[in-house]
Parts: sequence; structure tokens; C-alpha cells
Amino acid sequence: MPRRNDIESILIIGAGPIVISQACEFDYSGSQACKVLRQEGYRIILVNSNPATIMTDPEMADRTYIEPVNPATVAQIIEKERPDAVLPTLGGQTGLNTAMKLYETGVLEKFGVKMLGADYDVIKKAEDRQSFKEAMLKIGLDVPRSIIAHSMDEAETLTRDMGYPVIVRPSFTLGGTGGGIARDENEFREIVSRGLQNSMTTEVLIEESILGWKEYELELMRDEKDNVVIVCSIENIDPMGIHTGDSITVAPQQTLSDKEYQRMRTAGIEVMREIGVRTGGSNVQFAVDPATGRMVVIEMNPRVSRSSALASKATGFPIAKIAAKLAVGYTLDEIPNDITRTTPACFEPALDYCVVKVPRFTFEKFKLADDTLGISMKSVGETMAIGRTFKEALQKGLRSLETGKSGFEGIRAAKDMDAGELEQFISRPNHERLYFVKEALLSGYTTEKISDLSGIDPWFIEEMKGLVEIERKLSRELEPGRFKYLDPDQHAVDMIREAKRAGFSDKQLSGMAGLAEEEFRKIRKKAGVVPVYKLVDTCASEFESYTPYFYSSYDDENETQRSDKKKIMILGGGPNRIGQGIEFDYCCCHAAFALKDMGFETIMVNSNPETVSTDYDTSDKLYFEPLTFEDVMNIVDSEKPDGVIVQFGGQTPLNLANRLQEAGVPIIGTSIESISLAEDREKFKDLITGIGLKQPANDTAFSVEQALSKAGAIGYPVVVRPSYVLGGRAMKIVYDPDSLEEFMAEAAEVSPGHPVLIDKFLQNAIEVDVDALADGKDVIVAGIMEHIEEAGIHSGDSACVLPPHTIPDGVLEEIKRQTVQLALSLEIRGLMNVQFAVKGSDIYLLEANPRASRTIPFVSKTIGIPLAKEAARVMAGASIEQLGLPQDTSRGIKYTSVKESVLPFSRFSGVDILLGPEMMSTGEVMGISRKFGAAFAKAQDGGGNKLPSGGMVFISVQDSDKRNIVFIAKKIRDMGFRVSATAGTAKILKNNDMEVEVLKKLDEGSPNILDAIKAGEVALVINTASGKKPHTDGALIRSSAVTRGIPCITTIAGAQASVNGIESLMSGKDEVISIQEYYGTISA
Amino acid sequence: MKARVILEDGRVFKGILFGDVSKKTSAGEVVFNTSMSGYQEILTDPSYKGQIVTMTYPHIGNYGINHEDNESGKVCLEGFIVRELCSLPSNYRAKMTLDEYFKEQGILGITGVDTRALTRHIRLSGSMKGIIVSHEAEVVSGDDARGIPGLTGKDTVKLVTSRKIYNWNEKGDLHVVVIDCGVKHSILRALAVRGLKVTVVPADTNVGEIRNLKPDGVLVSNGPGDPEGVPYARDTVRDLLGTIPVFGICLGHQIIGLALGAETYKLKFGHHGGNHPVKDIRTGKVMITSQNHCFCVNHDTLSDASVEITHKNLNDGTVEGMESPELRFFSVQFHPEAGPGPFDADHLFDKFRDTIAGNAKP
Repeated sequence: MPRRNDIESILIIGAGPIVISQACEFDYSGSQACKVLRQEGYRIILVNSNPATIMTDPEMADRTYIEPVNPATVAQIIEKERPDAVLPTLGGQTGLNTAMKLYETGVLEKFGVKMLGADYDVIKKAEDRQSFKEAMLKIGLDVPRSIIAHSMDEAETLTRDMGYPVIVRPSFTLGGTGGGIARDENEFREIVSRGLQNSMTTEVLIEESILGWKEYELELMRDEKDNVVIVCSIENIDPMGIHTGDSITVAPQQTLSDKEYQRMRTAGIEVMREIGVRTGGSNVQFAVDPATGRMVVIEMNPRVSRSSALASKATGFPIAKIAAKLAVGYTLDEIPNDITRTTPACFEPALDYCVVKVPRFTFEKFKLADDTLGISMKSVGETMAIGRTFKEALQKGLRSLETGKSGFEGIRAAKDMDAGELEQFISRPNHERLYFVKEALLSGYTTEKISDLSGIDPWFIEEMKGLVEIERKLSRELEPGRFKYLDPDQHAVDMIREAKRAGFSDKQLSGMAGLAEEEFRKIRKKAGVVPVYKLVDTCASEFESYTPYFYSSYDDENETQRSDKKKIMILGGGPNRIGQGIEFDYCCCHAAFALKDMGFETIMVNSNPETVSTDYDTSDKLYFEPLTFEDVMNIVDSEKPDGVIVQFGGQTPLNLANRLQEAGVPIIGTSIESISLAEDREKFKDLITGIGLKQPANDTAFSVEQALSKAGAIGYPVVVRPSYVLGGRAMKIVYDPDSLEEFMAEAAEVSPGHPVLIDKFLQNAIEVDVDALADGKDVIVAGIMEHIEEAGIHSGDSACVLPPHTIPDGVLEEIKRQTVQLALSLEIRGLMNVQFAVKGSDIYLLEANPRASRTIPFVSKTIGIPLAKEAARVMAGASIEQLGLPQDTSRGIKYTSVKESVLPFSRFSGVDILLGPEMMSTGEVMGISRKFGAAFAKAQDGGGNKLPSGGMVFISVQDSDKRNIVFIAKKIRDMGFRVSATAGTAKILKNNDMEVEVLKKLDEGSPNILDAIKAGEVALVINTASGKKPHTDGALIRSSAVTRGIPCITTIAGAQASVNGIESLMSGKDEVISIQEYYGTISA
Repeated sequence: MKARVILEDGRVFKGILFGDVSKKTSAGEVVFNTSMSGYQEILTDPSYKGQIVTMTYPHIGNYGINHEDNESGKVCLEGFIVRELCSLPSNYRAKMTLDEYFKEQGILGITGVDTRALTRHIRLSGSMKGIIVSHEAEVVSGDDARGIPGLTGKDTVKLVTSRKIYNWNEKGDLHVVVIDCGVKHSILRALAVRGLKVTVVPADTNVGEIRNLKPDGVLVSNGPGDPEGVPYARDTVRDLLGTIPVFGICLGHQIIGLALGAETYKLKFGHHGGNHPVKDIRTGKVMITSQNHCFCVNHDTLSDASVEITHKNLNDGTVEGMESPELRFFSVQFHPEAGPGPFDADHLFDKFRDTIAGNAKP
């Protein structure tokens, strides 16, 4: 069937900010959809609040709305743009839920908007647990026994004979928020009540436990003519009971016989038909009882999901792109397979390699959080590895995580454990479980025993045991003597080859051989043990393929060929984590686009399957590889690039920069010397003193004693941090010597061997972020952002406003001047980010980072200039003069953008939500409007903390804030809110003639503030706390507000901005304006 | 034990022997199969007689060998090439490892081979003869590989067909006679499960003997090698066409083609796998099919006006199905019985049952 001609314009709903369970994969899918549908000639209207996406680049759609993704705002956009259709299945759960609400409220019908891909009833049938279960039983498929409850009473009555454990899943939530496994009555009551609260429909499903069963997923595609193909099968190493996003998974499935697999395949197709997803991708999950083979259907996602992104990268089959084409009427047999060109997309990929996906966690950031994995997702990112065998892929996957492991390693924590404890760490699912499995294998546990403890299929354990056996043999025989005169004997060479084929890294092997990694590498190369590169081609090489998408393997035949074009290699950022996410992938993609335009061959290296950068048509060549020195150098050896870019992928490639340069790799852009200079406290201090810039008093310490004496000299409070880390890892404000000692212990763990940096903490200063572009001669100050929270909160977590709204022009001019001076002194070629603190008219330089910053996409989207692209051009040799950019990037811009961070606290119950110098946020949103208040309100709304326009505001502030809160409280009262406070704050307010309800503190009995929050009586919490010690009362108040979705403001500056925002909300609806329209208003 | 695969053009691939290593060598036509699961069915599929099969999926043996999934009583292929043999299978039905099975069956396998390189070589150069050889054996060269008999023009069916007539399923109102050119058990199971009485006859059974069995329909089965090697089966089918409902699968389909006067030809490297898209030309719908054939009916030589091409392969446009209401037959090049592979075309057995029941006209 050809393209539909009854529609001309299509609304695509994006997924909003990066949160746990909804990450870059929806930028990948949305970008593909935009690209494809525009090529088909449709007018594309896009809404997404996340500026760090490729999809919100102005050229991706005809109209791009960087607005909150919620029903009210999207309704406004529909009313304004009148699209003929909406495509709801590519924007994750957020996009789907928004479209569902728009249907329910009649907006779609009113404006005659058709739903493409899946319509309302279909989505309802798939998402509603009861109707899904009924549908499955109707077509004769097995499901776990389950009941649906809408209240605690109902839940208890209906599960009386089910026993424990049971699984509780709330309906209509993201990534299973609020679900859990209840092992006894107490847990049952707690999880059910949380689930009911989190569900959009106050509904939970409680089901029979199939914990420990094998878990599988199928990725399916269906077209208008009812052709269905299975793109990929995925087997979870972690058994049922752990969210698939938190599971280590493998593609294709490994342990089902063909009969069992085909039964699952047929069932998957029947599910898709019965639910009725008309066109596009879906994902169906199954569980299989390992003892009997009984197969049950778990759930279905009637949309493109995280697993679809993984399946696309694992197979080379571009699910989102094809889904978009199917949505507008094409059938699978009409769409060519990009990779083979001659065969159609109507087929099932055949893999001739093994893919392992490993989730990336950041529990180190949330010390108090429980790291037990369950059915609510906790990981913040993932990495994928491809190898010819599982062993190879697993080891590559583990070293791609960048958690300090260079493969399947053991864990120090296990060394002092007795058997009981060790077994605990194997049976309790946790993010380091595999390392404990390794310890168990080392101490002689059998495959069977480990499998019994963990529920992990014996096949996987046996593979891991194979790795341990190789390692044993190597440790026995790889004594340094074998490498005399760098000329190992044949037996040693054979052993190295065997180990490399099993995925061992040079780092692991050199350790065993007692050599330095670089030395070992030389020997290995000399012995001819080098990787080959194989193609991901969807067809196991049955057909010729044209897309250069490679992975390494220690096999015989090499398939990559070096061209004689000028080539630039871009190193990506690896798995998403807090502090390093989609912003950096955005920059890497832009570099690839710009350099391709300039005629270079672009080579991307990355290991993150969620991203646009790992799409096979983003760059000329894609190497899906770990970002380690070894893996990168192997590609460099093969490709011999003319330039390598390390400044766009975040800290990951920067950490490799020195070693790469020493190995002779041509790194382009700002020199490594300049980058090191900016990191080196002493040299940097000399440099800026030399050019007359001011820093807060600071020093560097290598030992605890040094730190104590130097901090004493500077004067508390001080900001302390380890060097060479990103996202403010372990950074703290310390107020006394005791906390400093505590910090020093942690720093030694986080960044061993590097000194600790100590800075005077400037209380109540305004922090400013500046992004600039320089070529060594000219400097463009692209954006100056004023932080809303005061200095001391990590810039990644702080809201900021562009252009600044309280800093006087004179100060701004001086900031510009200092930035230019700094960029020239550091000889920046490319991007630089500088952070200043402004206290009155004093400007202090906090730090300079000669690399792409997290704010590059935000600034680019605001000023309408793609900074990362321009920077890539400069790095490749263009001058700023040649780029033809306006000297003044603010050139008559009459609107304001606010960036707000999105925090994952609701996932980690018990963690205090207080912001500090260590970054905690997973993503960001942008609000843009003609006025600051409205932009701020939009940013809050987009971030999921919609400011209230009525109800009760609870205020409790620390003493030093009490004077400042009075004016804010009055404002709030004047806008019609009721004001409540704890006794101390209430006293101040009463003294200033305000009526205040006094709420009890927690130790003052009931009903207290927590009861009020739980009862839903509080609309907004303003709660500041002194930074000295986490104040338990405040922590409880804040975290219980956050878990209930009540906006919680923790700084005076934030409260002030919120008042502006609420004012704007109350003055009426703000209009929705696309960025193309905003850019049209720029005068110069 | 170190070993090599030597192809007739002299290309060598290195690996390690497994299975019945006492054999030292094994020879055949080397083909590749892209199925990611289903090795047990492939090993026991009589259609692989005379061939050495390379599995493109690297991990083979993961779920062991069970008692239920065989396609015949024994391993039929000549040798097996894999990238990574599994030594400890995991599946609730597994009864033994692949290595143990090969030892029991006297079959030679080789593991550790860069199977992707080998597959690419065959894709580029076409399927060719080859030898798996232990490094203990006397040196073998590409010339030795060239010397082994190939499949073209040979009767390979006689090596795998049943020696005598036997009943597969005795109960059933309707009776199907299966001409066994190397029939897969999945086909027999697919008939039996539909309540059909099934009698299997050797490939050289003549028309008279078949008619004596009073069948309501005849199925011409799959089998190994070149259809031109079995003129006797072609003649039998020619006599049957038009007199009784006939269903042809794979080699059976090719034999029907020859019986219709068409020609067959050898594909460069054949179709062996479980992901081949086949379009039903009449409905426009696509099925993902299981395939295993090196030869193919030449569309241009089909002159019988009553015969309609019903299916075609979306990858290369080759003929995948024919039908003639007048001649009361339909046939497909792919495997509706799966084993291994998807069940998308399972309904063709319903169609056959309905046809012979007179519920639908062929």
C-alpha cells in the first residue's frame, strides 16, 4: 500500500526529559520518525521539552515546540497547528499517555486529529492489565494468575489464597514506578498503597509469583496488511523479578530450542493481532518456567520502547524508521532494507554474533538508596557490546560500563565475606551481582549451586565459568619470563589469542603477565594478535551489505577497509549516567553532521545503544565498541584517522586523551596541554592570576593532613572535590574538619592517585555558566546563563536562565571580557565552558572546562546557532571569521529560556532530595517564553513539577533564610494561597503580620507536617536546610513530598523564581510558540 | 584436535574437531544455514544428505539434544561447522550434548571456525565442495575436495528414502500417501495432527503401487540434492497429476516442476535458513518461511497454461509456489512444516486436508 494522501501534517509527541526508564532511545526513535516523514513530504509538528535532543533541532521539523509534554500544552499546540494526525507510539510512555489523555478529553476528535499506528482502544487494551489478561486467555495463551484491585481492601480480599511473594504492578506508570515484590503482609500493604498512588488510574495488578523464571522479549513489527516480523529475540540473564531495564540481557535468545522459540514467536504474533496494533513496533514479554517449559505472556508495549532501540542496534534493523513508514501506509515488503539495498524490510534479521546489554547504575550517588533490584527500574543508562561469542560480548560490555572493571572481574567487597554473606549477594539481585558470581566461581562453587542461588540460567554461569578457567590457566602460565625480549613463545601467543577470543582486555591480561598495559599491547601486536572488524548486516552475510556498522572480534577475517579520504574520528560518551548523558551525544552527532558537510569521512565510536550517534547513518562509519584505551587504539590502528575529537563525548573520551596523545593519536581542537592546564590547580591558578582574574581562595592537597591544614588556612566552609571526575562526583561543601576527613576517605576511592581540590565556598553568591567558542584568534561568547539556585549547587542540577535576569549589564560585560581573555590564554580551539560566581560586583572564576558542556544544546536552541557544529568546523580547521557568525549572539533576542533539571529521587525512596555540589539529575527541560516567569513555569511544568495555582503552601526555612522568606510568603498569600509553616518560621511570618497555620514538626506529635503531605493537603513545599548535616526532619518532609509529586523548593532563589512562575500562571495561559517562530523574531 | 576445512578452490579455515574424531575426514558440498536455533532439526533433516553445513549463528549446542525434535532417525548431513560449540547445554528437555550425539552417530564436526568468513566466501564464490580434515590425517588439498562427487545430476534421494512402505499414522478417514524423497518427520506430524491417515512409500514406488493404496491425496516430500537425479519420481508424479490432489514440498515441488516439463537450475549458494520472506501473490501477504534448497524451478520454462505461480521469494524473486486447479496440485519451495523455523505457512496443511476432503477445490 502506498503512502497515505489523506493526511498532510503529523504531530509527533516526544518523551520529554531524560528520566530513569525513559532516556535517549526516544530521541533516537523520534529523530528517525521526523526524518523519514519529512522525506515523505509531510509537514511535521514536534513537541518535546528536552532541548538536548537531536529531534528538537530546528531542521528536523517544520514546527518545533520546546514546550512541556502534557495534555494541556499539546492541546494548545493542536489548536494552533491543526495537524491531521498524531503519531503517539514513538515518544515513550509519556508520548503515549499524553495522546491517550487528548483522546479522552475529546481534543483529538474536536480538531479532527487521527491517531496513527495504534488507536485509543488498542492502547487501552494493551496497557490495561485486566483487558490484556482477558485478551490473552481468549486466544488461548497462558498468563500468570492475577487480580486487579482499586483499593487496599479489594487487594487484600482478592489475594487471600495467593500466598507470598506476590508481584504488585501499578497500571499506567513509567518503568513500573511504585511497583514491587511483596514477600510478607507488611511489604504488601506498603507496596500496594504506593502503587495505587502512582497509578494514573488508581489501579494495581497483583499476580502470582513467577520469580526466577526465565525472561524473554520479542520485538515485533506489523503493517497495514497484517504482515508481521520478529526483529529480535532477547533473553534476560537476570530472571523474572528484575525490571528488564535493570537486567543484563542477551540477543538473540540462547537457551530455547527452536520448537520453544517458534512457539513464542507464534504467540507474539497472535498477541499483536489480538491487541490490534495496526502498524509499527511492539514488544511482548514472556516468562518460561525452566523446569517445565511452561510459557506465560507477561506484558506488551504497543509502541517503540527502550528494547526496540536496543533491538535496532543489535540487529541493524531500524525499527523506529520503519515504524514511521508503516504508520503512513507503507507495507513491510514495500520498504527496502537499507543495509542490503536489494532485499525488503519484510524479513527477520539473522545475527551471526552475540549481543550483551549491561545496565549502568549510579548507586554511588545515592548512598542511602537500597541497591536491591526489583521490578521498578533503577539504572540510569546502558551499554551494549557485540562479540562473536557471549564471552567476548560480556567482557566488552562490562568494560564499557566504566565502573573500574576491565571485564568479568571479582569484587573486593567479597574478599572478607563468609560463604553465607557471599551467597546473600548472589541470591539478592543487586547491580554488582555478576562480580560476586565470579568470586563464587573462584572459590569453587558449582554452576548448579550458583544458578540455584541466583536464578541465572546455568548456560550463562557455565560461560562465566569458562572465563574463570581461561584466567586460571593464564595466571598459571603467563609469567613475565615468557615475554623475554618482547618475543613471547608460541604457547604464550596461543594463550593470548585464546584469551582475546574470550574477550579479555589487555588490562586484564597485562595484569596477569605482570606487565604494563602499553607494553603488553606492543607484544600482542607484534605477535600478530589483533582484532578484526566484522559487519552488522541483518543477514549473517547472506547478502552483500552497504552500511559500515562494525564491531571488533578476535576472529580471522577482517571486513573493514580503510578509504583514502580525510577522516575524523569522534569518540562518544558511552553509557548514560548522571553527569554524562544525552547532551554529549547531541554534540557528537553535531560534530559528525558538520564534518560530513565539510567533506570528511566521519568515524563514530560509541557503546550506547540508546543514542542517535550509534545510528548507522549518523556518521560514515560506526564502530560499536567500548571506549577504552585499548579498544579505541585498535580502531585508530585500523583507520589511521587524520584527527580525533575527544572533547564532545564528556569525561569518558577526555580521560583517554593523554594516553591517546602519547600513543601518537592526532587529537584536534584545543590541545591536551590546555585541557590539562585547566585541570591542574596550580598551573591554572598561575595562568589566571597572570591575566588578572580572581578565584575564590583555593588550594590542592595530597593527604588528609595537608587538606586539614590548607582548609583551615582558607577558612570554612570550603568546597572540596577529587580531580579528574565529572558531574561533581563526590564533591561536597564541608563546614568543619570532621566532615573534611570523611570526605578525604571517599575521594581516595573515587579518584585514586589524584589530588583533592579545596576552594573557599562563597555563600549566597550567584553562579553563572558561560559557553564560548574560540579559534585561537577570535572568541564568541555564545551564552551567559544565570543560575537560579545560589552557588554551591552543581551546575547540572541548578536551574538557569538565559539571558540573565538579575545581573547588571556592567557585570555581564565584564564576564564576557574575562571569558574572552581566558579563552585566548588557554588557546581554545573549539568550545569552552566557564563557571563564575558573582557576589555584588565581584566576579570569581570557579572553573573552566575546555570541552563541550552540558549546556551546549540549551544555549544552541535558545540563540538559534548550532554551537557544536560550529565548534567541530573550527576544530577541523575553519576560522570563526569563515563561519560568518554574529559577534553578538544575543542580537536582539526578546525571549527568555529557562533550563530546569529533572531529578530521580522518586525512584530512590529514603534518599534526601537536597541539592548540593554533586550532580544528581538525570535530565533537563527547557521552558521558553517572552517573559521569565512564564518560561520558569513552563520549565517546572515540563520537569514534572507543575507549580500550583491554589491550595496550601508549606514553608520551613533555616534561620539565615528567615528574613528573606517574609516577602516571598506575603506574595504567596496575596496570590490566594493558604500559608502554613513550622513554629519557628511561623513566628517570623506572624511577626510580619501574616496569618499562618502552624504545622507540627515530626517530634511534636500528630497530626504533623508529614501527615498533611500524606493526606494531600500540601500543594507546594518550600524547605531550605543548612548545609552542615542532612537534617532528618527536613529530609523526610522533602522526600515524602517528592515521592508524591508535590513540587518541593529547597532554596530561597528557587522560591523567588517560583513566585514569578505562579504569578505568570495566574495571569492566564501563556501562548505556545515554536522555535522557528522565535528565531524569526531575531533582528540581526 | 586441530583441524581444517579445505574448500575446492583451495581456501582453508582453521578449527578444532569434535564429535566422532576417529573419522579424521568428512567430505561434502559446503552450505551455510542462517537459522539461529534449530540445529537438531537441521542435523537430522535428510535434505542435507551429501552436505557439510556451516551454521552462521556462532553458539551451537546451547540447548543440547532432546528426544522429540528429530526430523529423521539419524544425523543425515556429512559434517558440521560451527564457531562455538556448547559443552554444557541448558534446557529442561536436553538429554545429551551435541558432541555426545555426534560421537554416538559417527559424525565429524569442527568448531572455532570463522564461520562468517566462510559464509562470505561461499556467498561470493558460490557453494562448493569441501573436506573437514584433522591435522593428523594426510595432507589434503583443494584438488582432493574437487574430486569428491557433487550433487548435480546425482540421485541422492536413494540414500535417504525409506526401503519399504510403512504407516506413520493408521487412524484417519482420509488417506495421504507420502512419496518419501527424504521426508522430514515434521511433515508427517503435520499431516497426522490433522487427523489424516499417513502411509509413507519409497521414492521409487510406481504409480500402480501408489494407486493400490487408495490414497485421497499424495504428498511429494522434501529431499536432498538435484531433482534431475530422480527421474523415476518425476515420472510417477507426472502420472498422478490431474488424477488426485497432490501437494509438493521443496524437492517435491521441484519434481512437480520437472513433471510439468519445466527446468530446474542450481542457485549460487541456495536458501538455507528460517527468515526468508515469501509473498503470496494472490493475497499480497508475506510469510516468513523456513527454507532449505540449492535447486529451483525456472519460471521461464513453465509452459503449462493451467499452472499459476502463487508464491515468490522477496529476496531474489525466485519461484516459491505453484498451483493448478486443473492438475489438482499445489506446491511450495519452502517448508510449511517448519522444523526448524517459523510456522507462518502452517495453514497450507489445512489447505491440503481441505482439498482432499473435497471441501475446497484445488
